[in-house]
Amino acid sequence: MQRRRTIGIAATDAQQDVPAMKLSIFVTLKPGVLDPQGKAIHKALDGLGFSGVNDVRAGKLIELDVADDTSDAAIDEMCRKLLANTVIENYRIVRA
Amino acid sequence: MKTAVIVFPGSNCDRDIAVALEHVTGVKPTMIWHGETVLPDGIGLIALPGGFSYGDYLRCGAIAARSPIIAAIVAAADGGLPVLGICNGFQVLTEIGLLPGALMRNEGLDFVCRDVALTVENAQSAFTSRYAADERVSFPVAHHDGNYVADSDTLDRLEGDGRVAFRYAERVNGSARQIAGVLNPAGNVLGMMPHPERKIEAAHGGTDGRRLFEGLLETVGA
Repeated sequence: MQRRRTIGIAATDAQQDVPAMKLSIFVTLKPGVLDPQGKAIHKALDGLGFSGVNDVRAGKLIELDVADDTSDAAIDEMCRKLLANTVIENYRIVRA
Repeated sequence: MKTAVIVFPGSNCDRDIAVALEHVTGVKPTMIWHGETVLPDGIGLIALPGGFSYGDYLRCGAIAARSPIIAAIVAAADGGLPVLGICNGFQVLTEIGLLPGALMRNEGLDFVCRDVALTVENAQSAFTSRYAADERVSFPVAHHDGNYVADSDTLDRLEGDGRVAFRYAERVNGSARQIAGVLNPAGNVLGMMPHPERKIEAAHGGTDGRRLFEGLLETVGA
């Protein structure tokens, strides 16, 4: 499934080429957790005259460049231990 | 009583808490850099100060909560040593998982910096024994992310077990059930957004905060 890519550091340094994998981690607030920033963005959109915006939720995108052999379990652990606070946030891992 | 203040990159209330602790205990606290892995022997309190550790990157307190010193703090807390987290220190304690819930951006998005009225909800903890139950006190707040969030089961449990130490007596930041400070199940870890260390002497405009430290000194012993 995952597309692989090699980062060329420098032609003269080819032995250091590391097979790499790019990941996008989407961190979003859990449903039901109030999102003051989303509310403010929503209000600003309304203020600009855009109609029909029902709801706005703000989250964050964290892009990781990791070694090709990084296990799914390790990536999941990174999310649970640091990238997301699972008390209030969900995360979704997308392989580029 | 000997005390330790943990200093993170971006802490800015470490001096305030150190001065307050020295005032009350008569002993200069040991300042512990977050990169250390051991705490001094014989301390009666660990304080996590306010500030903007790591510039609030990722989430407030998130990166500080993964510092080398944290394992020693968790072990000490599990052993019953009092741990007090104020403002950013409270955020760090929730990120560590020593306290439940999380602190989110204030409702209204404003940085709130003023004295606020609080009610002492639990006057029997090691931190609050010098206050009367339901007493009204005034502490300053200065935060952008003090909006306490937890699921309703957690909130019910906190309230049922007397683990809400302080509650805002006015609308400040959108906190669930106006919670300003919470205790761990054993009652030896307190996290709170308001700053008792900034209400220690008359020149501060009030001394309501002083009794928190006096109570600790009395409970924990000299």
